[in-house]
Amino acid sequence: MENKTFYNEILTEHNLHPYHKHKLEDANLVLEGINPSCGDDIFLELKVEDGVVVDGAFEGDGCAISQASADMMLELVIGRSKEEALHLADLFLKMIKGSITEEERDELEEASVLQDIAHMPARVKCAVLGWHTMQELLKTEEK
Amino acid sequence: MSISVNEIRKDFPLLENRKVIYLDTAATSQKPTCVLEAEREFYEKYNANPLRGLYELGEAATEKYEEARETVRGFINAKEAAEIIFVRNATEGLNLVAYSFGSLVLKPGDEILVSIMEHHSNLLPWQQAAARTGAVVKYLECTEDGKYTEEAFKEALSDRTKIVAMTQVSNVLGCKNNIKRFAQLAHEAGAYFVADGAQSVPHMAVDVQDLDVDFLAFSGHKIYAPMGIGVLYAKRELLEQMPPFLCGGEMIDSVSRTGAVWAEVPHKFEAGTVNGAGAYALAEAIRYVQKIGFDFIEEREAKLTKLLMDGMKEIPAVHILGSQKAEDHHGIVTFKLEGVHPHDVASVLDADHIAVRAGHHCAQPLLQHLKVLSTTRVSLGVYNTEEEIQAFLTSLAGIRRQMGYGE
Repeated sequence: MENKTFYNEILTEHNLHPYHKHKLEDANLVLEGINPSCGDDIFLELKVEDGVVVDGAFEGDGCAISQASADMMLELVIGRSKEEALHLADLFLKMIKGSITEEERDELEEASVLQDIAHMPARVKCAVLGWHTMQELLKTEEK
Repeated sequence: MSISVNEIRKDFPLLENRKVIYLDTAATSQKPTCVLEAEREFYEKYNANPLRGLYELGEAATEKYEEARETVRGFINAKEAAEIIFVRNATEGLNLVAYSFGSLVLKPGDEILVSIMEHHSNLLPWQQAAARTGAVVKYLECTEDGKYTEEAFKEALSDRTKIVAMTQVSNVLGCKNNIKRFAQLAHEAGAYFVADGAQSVPHMAVDVQDLDVDFLAFSGHKIYAPMGIGVLYAKRELLEQMPPFLCGGEMIDSVSRTGAVWAEVPHKFEAGTVNGAGAYALAEAIRYVQKIGFDFIEEREAKLTKLLMDGMKEIPAVHILGSQKAEDHHGIVTFKLEGVHPHDVASVLDADHIAVRAGHHCAQPLLQHLKVLSTTRVSLGVYNTEEEIQAFLTSLAGIRRQMGYGE
């Protein structure tokens, strides 16, 4: 039985071998994000200097979608300004809601493989966990 | 009479209408045509507000509703129909007991002994009852394969134990507790016994007089009836002492500005307009199950469970929770697949049109006790086939590869 799922190679690779899943010793922003439906629980750690996300990492447990999504997010935002990171988060959430243009989707690079999650309402929370956590972190920092 | 699964499957329109291998009957069962027709028939032929109308149609509605109560009585062998309270589901039944009976008997310092494998619906109401009355909740711990020994049970009882809450079949481990023996021990210690029958009543003959439990709740929707109808069985002498749970219409004899005289049981506990069509359809579901017979149901479930567990044991990285013996499982097998989150397991199976439950199964304290975060559950109904089990096993065997693990 050949099974067509959205668990493609890019997603499973980020889940099994996450590049950014570790402790970030010199993080200056840390927030826990929880998705009670899957029991996903991540700690997002960012190092933000002069309005730039210079480094980031995450720790915790969860389903493949939450883990891979957080890893892809960090891959995308490290080295970018806060504004750019928040812009990308907006785009990601837009994609998950199913209302993104093709150009916008290209900006999300690898994270665009999660587009099909839009058709799986039960898993949307997993995909957006890291992104929501980052939004909250960067927005609270402004205050 | 001889019945075949292929014949049974034809009774379930959803299984014909949708491409699905439904292995989530412990969450809710599919519904046979006769039950769907009964729900409709009530509204087409007998619809009026039961227990009120003084006209012929109203009396017909009441008659059908009370006949349904009698059908339930016979099904679980209660002494009298007044001991059958219609509720929305097992959860509401258990909340009724915890609230009403809890407030009647619990005093500060009293103990409520709750089995650790309870569904949240037979656990949270007791935590709340304890908070209201000053009683304390104590937990009865099970072994890794889901067993309670008599020694452990006796040790957990004390002279302060007022209530014991225990499920007959665990919704996670699928194991059956000897509630007849535990109810006897509880009674000897001066405690009352509250049983959750949600996962047992659809799968085995349950005789409340033989079990001698004080309360037993179950949901209609897990036994092929519609959602929104359930049953609380309770001994009459207890119901008579208990205060009402919900107050309102048709649960009184008389009302004055300052108070009321409650109606006789069971109506004292059925405030407001009842789910007449639901009760009528539940009675039909019970007749449907009786027609198939528990001998057939248990034999089929045992056969499929063995096929399922034998197959799962062949797949590397699969770990079955609880007992490793098929005969200890009653239509429920819960497992972990190493390295793959249960929600991902369920999503991959879903792509093969296989429906299973993943998560904590509303039994978080049990999972904490067993030191697992969440799991995947397969559960069976009368309509499941060997082919469906094989398809599940094939799909399960391919999940780790799909998730990027080598062979």
